[in-house]
Parts: sequence; C-alpha cells; structure tokens
Amino acid sequence: MHLVLFIIFGALCVAGALNLLLQRHPINSALSLIVVMSSLAVLYLLLGAEFLAVAQVIVYSGAIMVLFTFVIMLLNAGREERTHGSKLAYAAGIPGAAILVALLTFIFLSHRGDFAQARLADQYVTGLAPLSEVIFTKLLLPFEVTSVLILIAILGAVALARKEH
Amino acid sequence: MVPIAYYLVLSAILFSIGVAAFLIKRNIITVFMSIELMLNAVNLTFVAFTRHWSQVTGHLQVNGQIFVFFVMVVAAAEAAVGLAIIIAVFRARNTLSVDQIDLMKR
Amino acid sequence: METSLLTFFLVSLAKVIVVVVITLMAVAYTVLLERKLVGRIQNRWGPSRVGPFGLLQPLVDGAKLFLKEDLMPLAVDKPLYILAPMIALSCALMSVSVVPFGADIRWHSVDLFQIADLNIGLLILLAITSVGVYGIALSGWSSNNKYSLLGALRASAQVISYELALGLSLVGVVLRAESLRLRTIVDVQATHGLISWNFFGGFQFVAFFIYLMAAYAETNRSPFDLPEAESELTAGYHTEYSSMKFAMFFMAEYANMITVGCVATLLFFGGWTSPFGHLFDHAITGTVINALLPVFWFVIKVFAFLFLYVWVRGTLPRFRYDQLMGFGWKFLVPVAIANIVVSSLWMGLRVPLQ
Repeated sequence: MHLVLFIIFGALCVAGALNLLLQRHPINSALSLIVVMSSLAVLYLLLGAEFLAVAQVIVYSGAIMVLFTFVIMLLNAGREERTHGSKLAYAAGIPGAAILVALLTFIFLSHRGDFAQARLADQYVTGLAPLSEVIFTKLLLPFEVTSVLILIAILGAVALARKEH
Repeated sequence: MVPIAYYLVLSAILFSIGVAAFLIKRNIITVFMSIELMLNAVNLTFVAFTRHWSQVTGHLQVNGQIFVFFVMVVAAAEAAVGLAIIIAVFRARNTLSVDQIDLMKR
Repeated sequence: METSLLTFFLVSLAKVIVVVVITLMAVAYTVLLERKLVGRIQNRWGPSRVGPFGLLQPLVDGAKLFLKEDLMPLAVDKPLYILAPMIALSCALMSVSVVPFGADIRWHSVDLFQIADLNIGLLILLAITSVGVYGIALSGWSSNNKYSLLGALRASAQVISYELALGLSLVGVVLRAESLRLRTIVDVQATHGLISWNFFGGFQFVAFFIYLMAAYAETNRSPFDLPEAESELTAGYHTEYSSMKFAMFFMAEYANMITVGCVATLLFFGGWTSPFGHLFDHAITGTVINALLPVFWFVIKVFAFLFLYVWVRGTLPRFRYDQLMGFGWKFLVPVAIANIVVSSLWMGLRVPLQ
C-alpha cells in the first residue's frame, strides 16, 4: 500500500518535472510545477511530516506558484524559441544531468541497506507540537530573524517592482 | 514499507531534472521555476533523512523538518524578490529571453 | 477491532456519495434562499411561480443551464479553459470532506459523520482555499480576453490578500483547543453548552468577525463582490463561459459559502453541540435520536450563517477595489495579529490563576 502510493505520487512528480522541461509556454511549465509540489506534499505525508505537507501546499502551491502565475500572466510571456544558446545548452545540459542522476542513483541504491525502511502511521508521525517545541524554544532567534527576512523581502519587492516616475 | 533510499533516488531525479531545466530553458521565469524545483528536491531529502534518523535513534527527531520549514520561508522570500527583479528587467529590456539580457550594454 | 480495508473503503464511499449529493442539493436550494430573501428585503416576492413557494425553481434552473448552448470561443486555450471551472468546483467540494457534521459515532470503527478525520484538518481547509485561487486565475487567462484577465487578476489578488487574515483569525481558536483537529476543537466547546462556545466563553468574538469578513471576501460575496458585479469589467473572469462551465463556477461559489458556514459553526459556535449543553441529557434517550440531534443542531447553525450571508448581501453596498485591498491589509491583518497576542496572553495567564 505504501509502495503503491509512493510509486504513483513519485511518478507524478517526475512526470510534472519532465513536463516543466519539455513545455514551451511558461504557463504550462508553471502548472506542471504545481503538480510536482502537490505530489511532494503527499510524499511528505507518507514520510510522516503532516504539518510540512500542508505547509507545502499552502506556501508553495498556494502562494509562491500563484505569484509565478501572476507574473507570467502580467508580463504575457510568449512561447520560447530555439536559439543558438539553447542548442549549446541541450548538448551540455542533458548529458550533465544524466550523469548527475546516474551517479546519485548508483550511490543511493548501492547503500540501500544502510538506510531505514519508512512505515506508515507509526509513532514517528510528526504533528505540530514537536515542531513548535523546537522552533519556539531552541530556535527562537532564527525564527525571529526569518520574520525580519520576510519584511526585507516585502520591502525589496515593492521597491523593485514599482513604476519609475 | 518503502526503503528511504527510494525517496533519496526520487529526490536525485527531481534535482537533476531541475539542473537540466536551468541550463536548457531560455525564458527567465522558467529558469527561476527550475530553481524552485531544485529547492523542493532538497526538501524531500531532508524529510526522508528525518524519518531515517527517527527510526535509527528510536525517538522522534524533528531537526530535518525544521530545516525544511526554514528553507520554505527563504524560498518564499527569494521568489518574491526574484520576480520583482524579473519585472524590473522586463520593463528595461522588454524581453524575457535569457539570451538577450545577458549583457549589461544594449 | 481492526477494521478491514474493504469495510473502510465501502463506508467512506457511501459517506462521500451522501455528502456530495446533500451538498449539491444544498447549493441549489441556497440559490433559491438567496433569491427569495433578497426579494423580501427588496419588498418583492422572489421566485414564487414554480411549485409551492417557488420550491421547484432550482430544478428548473438546473435544467435550463444544462440545455443552454455550450459555446467555446475559438481563441481560448482549450485545456485550461475546461480545467479552470473544474478546479474551482472540486476545491469547493473537497472542503466538505474534513468537516464533522455530528458526534463521534462509529459503525465498525469507521466514523459515520466525518469523511476524513485528520490531525491537521483545519490547515487542510486553508490549503484547499489557497489552491482554489487557480480556478479564478486560469479562467481569466484562458479566456484570451483583456477584461477577463484583468478581472481574474483582481479577484485572485483579493482572495490571496484575505487568506492571510483568514488564517490568522483562526489561531486563537487553535490556541484554546491545543490541536488542529476539528473534532478536538468542537469537543473543547462541548462542556457547558452556550457559554463554552468559542464566541462567548472562548472570547473569540473579534476573531469571529475577522473570520466572517475575510470569508466574505474569500468567497467573492457582497460586500466584496466587485470581481463579479455585472457592471464592472463586463462580468469579470467568467465572461466567456456559458452553460455548464458557468454553472460550475456558480455552484463553486455557493458551495464555498456553505463551507464557510460549516467552518464558522465548528470553530466559533460549538459545531454540533446543543446550546443547552448537558441540561437535557437525561430526557433524550435512544441511539437514533442521539445520533441525529447533533446533526440537526449543526444544520440549524449553518442555515443561520447562510441567512446572514444573504442578509448582508441585500443590505450593504459594494466596496471599491482600493478600499477592499486597504481594508484587508491595513485593518484586518493588524487586528488579527492583536487578537493572537491577546488570546495567547489570556491562555498563558489563565492557567496559573486557576
């Protein structure tokens, strides 16, 4: 059951990522990325990270990708064209990524026994309480610093995107 | 019962597809989206390792998930600022193709 | 007793079918409720010809929408054009799956009055609302029409602005219940009837009003319904839609209203608990009555919320767009944060005082 769910949502992730690569119009790439992020949220649920799964949907699928979609719609980005630079990138990028994935897969699968086996619904399902205990006691300073970071990002985004008078 | 190694392999596949998309695509917004894809692949690795360490040590570990939380926050901030920069570049150069905005002079 | 996967699957399927059918019927009759109530507010009858008191009007409306010609303009982006209303309607219906309607009564250890009992139920509702923005944004984009695009962008900006106030207003409720699970949130309010509800004894009245206003803006209803006003931007993001797809947007809006009513009763008004608390427990015996009475209370409260929705629509004028955005960001979010601070102070100081 766990394996079936993993294969279905893993395949959805990979299909979405490949679709991001292969589509020519950015809006289709954005929608494929939304599929990837939602499938990743299900994979987090399978690994027992409940809060992170919902946070992934709310923050990534529901906010960051909405931002991307808005920018694509507003700037009215058209379809991509094949240029000299892109042919060069195909020649270098696809073999490079293939080598990377082959290397990493070989390393992970050959050490498969060193890693544990994930199970569903056992005592390691992390609710909200253990996370908040750490964030609000030991890691309070990084938490407050990230709120300052977000404030800086808001100010920066407003200043950069404003029309020049 | 899924071995954690399978999650790591899936994350490696997503990361390398992100790298390939980053190098191949010519539209700057799609390049930015491939960066988000790479960040998500790394998040999956973190969560898989949290589960691994919880089961190896025998009690609940949350440090990997805390890291993912912070990665999400930083990715959100970076996406906002990056898209604002893209809008500013579009206003100046009137194009979104990476090949045409790679020089500082026109 | 370990429940078998097959039992769980069949009972869940039955629950899903019953809930979806009841929700869609409720959507149809909410339309009728709105038309009659707005009519009475405006000193006219509303639909009253079809059937007694106009009660068959939704059936006739459904038939009309089905039989209308389904236009598809030539220049639209076909996959997205068809996908957008589906996203809107499916997100609206998915929200009902985590809502508990009645008490925790189990049959072969499967919960009878809730489809999905999740530990993070409240956040799932926020997540589904966040994803529902795509229905609006993609419908405007795929229509290949300047006015639809602008209307869709305005509506999506409104929805994502008020999502923040919506989420922040619910933190006080979660603080009191110390859990995100919807059944736990209602159980905390079940002790003494009316006074232990979150609105009264939980002191979450400010949070309730913030939630109500944010929810009105989220569902694009009056007084925040600028994106779909007929005289603005030629009906906004669903200009190019006809017949069944338009009906899906319409149904999605009313299903969202029903979801907002359900969530408000669960979080602030004690869900399925009766206002009399445990005063009359000895008078009510019998398993069927005990099972159905909570559902009755729940339905009454949701109906009260729908009534309030239509009442506000018939009474208040519309916000202008800049007033709307200013209200969401500059008023609701600071008040929601102040509510969180005051609630957490009260929770923190109340325990040592006991």
